[in-house]
Amino acid sequence: MQEGAADPGLYDFSPYRDRPKIVWPGGKSVAVWVAPNLEYYEIDPPANPSRKSWTRPHPDVVGYSHRDHSNRVSHWRMAEAMSRHGFPGSVSLSVALCQHHPEVVEDGAKRGWEFFSHGIYNTRYTYGMDEAQERAIIEDSIATVQAATGQRIRGWLAPALTHTPRTLDLIAEYGLDYTCDLYHDDQVQPVKVKSGRLASIPYSLEVNDHYGFFVYNMSPRDYADTLIRQFDRLAAEGERSGTVMCIPLHAYLIGQPHRIGAFERVLEHIAADGRAWIARAGEIVDAWQAQAGRAQTGDAA
Amino acid sequence: MSLDPAYLTYSKRRLGYDHELYPWSSIFDRPPVSWPGGKTVAVWICVSLEWFPITPTDTPFRAPGHMVTPYPDYRHYTSRDYGTRVGVYRLLDAFAKAGVTASIATNAAIAERYPELIADIIAAGHEIIAHSTDMNGTIATGLPIEDERALISSSLDTLERVSGIRPRGWLSIARSQSWNTPDLLREAGLDYTCDWVNDELPYRFANGLINLPLNHELSDRQIITVQQQSADSYAEQMRDAFDWLAGEGRTHGGRLLPLHITPYIMALPYRIDAFETLLQDLTGRPEAWVASGGTIVDQWSGQLRA
Repeated sequence: MQEGAADPGLYDFSPYRDRPKIVWPGGKSVAVWVAPNLEYYEIDPPANPSRKSWTRPHPDVVGYSHRDHSNRVSHWRMAEAMSRHGFPGSVSLSVALCQHHPEVVEDGAKRGWEFFSHGIYNTRYTYGMDEAQERAIIEDSIATVQAATGQRIRGWLAPALTHTPRTLDLIAEYGLDYTCDLYHDDQVQPVKVKSGRLASIPYSLEVNDHYGFFVYNMSPRDYADTLIRQFDRLAAEGERSGTVMCIPLHAYLIGQPHRIGAFERVLEHIAADGRAWIARAGEIVDAWQAQAGRAQTGDAA
Repeated sequence: MSLDPAYLTYSKRRLGYDHELYPWSSIFDRPPVSWPGGKTVAVWICVSLEWFPITPTDTPFRAPGHMVTPYPDYRHYTSRDYGTRVGVYRLLDAFAKAGVTASIATNAAIAERYPELIADIIAAGHEIIAHSTDMNGTIATGLPIEDERALISSSLDTLERVSGIRPRGWLSIARSQSWNTPDLLREAGLDYTCDWVNDELPYRFANGLINLPLNHELSDRQIITVQQQSADSYAEQMRDAFDWLAGEGRTHGGRLLPLHITPYIMALPYRIDAFETLLQDLTGRPEAWVASGGTIVDQWSGQLRA
């Protein structure tokens, strides 16, 4: 990025009209990926000067135990619903979960889920890190996920969405293929980085279950309706050029008993529609790269 | 710029939690729990019965629902008091009509001020859970341990003196605890707390205290007051939750559905009908076992769950 510039210079303007046509495998118009956040929030983390980890003095019983619901109860409820309808996960992982609750990580791996890094803990923020410190969390992420799952991470969602000006350059330098931190498009887009190559895959704040329930205060059925409308629109527009829909989830929210039934009906709807390529993040980036990536990045290699 | 190197050390990065309070387990891996009569969903009605002094304190923090405007905040003081004068009686009538027993999480100040209400609650067969002293009795790290110990014992002693029964359960205001709270609750002889929201079955702390999870996401305060949804939407969400848990109950054993309600929120004339209808509906479900917190804890611990 161009640090200090009014436009960070991450990408060129590329109007939605008249783009090269992307067609997803099987002639599908919309690539749908589900992104469960498998997270660990520490009960008593050290303070980052730029951001408090909990709103209350530690222990924040509600904050901590609400998130712990994922690892005791709702992860399995959410994961079973996804497996029943043929949706693999592409996991944004607090990699320390590999140490704390390896059972949860193993469950995802057994289901064929892809893992990318969401930092060490969601209570350790990147703000203020120097380059060596930031390299350390990237290297830790690569090694930890490799050891736990055998997978080489291909993507990054910054822990608690905390970045430095060098984050995207660094992850590209380490050979990661995609970032989930930019929300500027409904198609995969190239990101300008110092070295290597990086794709921005559409993630979503707007249809993230956290936004649905805690920013927009939706009821579970309203949130389900939102996802269905998001899907129907992107599937229709994707006939012109393939679109991407991400469903970012937190088990402690979507896996609550009053929400999971409505969500399962969304999965049924998308699976039955016929226009969706239900895939993992890395597969979507690969399919995009094969069709449009070289032309759009100008990469001569 | 760089962060303190300590920010990149992780001394609690290990198998299990980063604390010693309770061990991890997945609800789907535990031996199934059975509720009486072969029922699969324990429906636990918990009512928060609160007295808000018109002189709020912010130490350690101001309770949710407390005074908002400059002194004297008649608006909020009287709106909250409506719940203890009118609303709670609507709820007691609704419970009687549905034939159910509830847990009433009660500030000690309610017992001091309205002993006749406590007598009505006890006469109807409901359980009283200790809910601090009054709504200034908040707990957080930084509260001196002697002050916290006194707060807990004062609440229990007052509720016992007025009701004739020493409470077995504890609900902190806003579920906020200090690092000392679990041990102080145990020391005070309590069997269970309802503060931690991380499960849909009871579980036991390392010190022997049981946590009976009172899911804050399913409370009327969260759904109606915080998320600004209707009483009808609240009731629909409870039905959806019940149906899902009953489905799990068929294959995984007993589950717990807490209905956490507040007299000044749910028992308003335009909302109570939705709640009465919900109660009638749930009590008619073949999977439902409606019981107080203490009864649920006894059933669970009688099956020697860890």
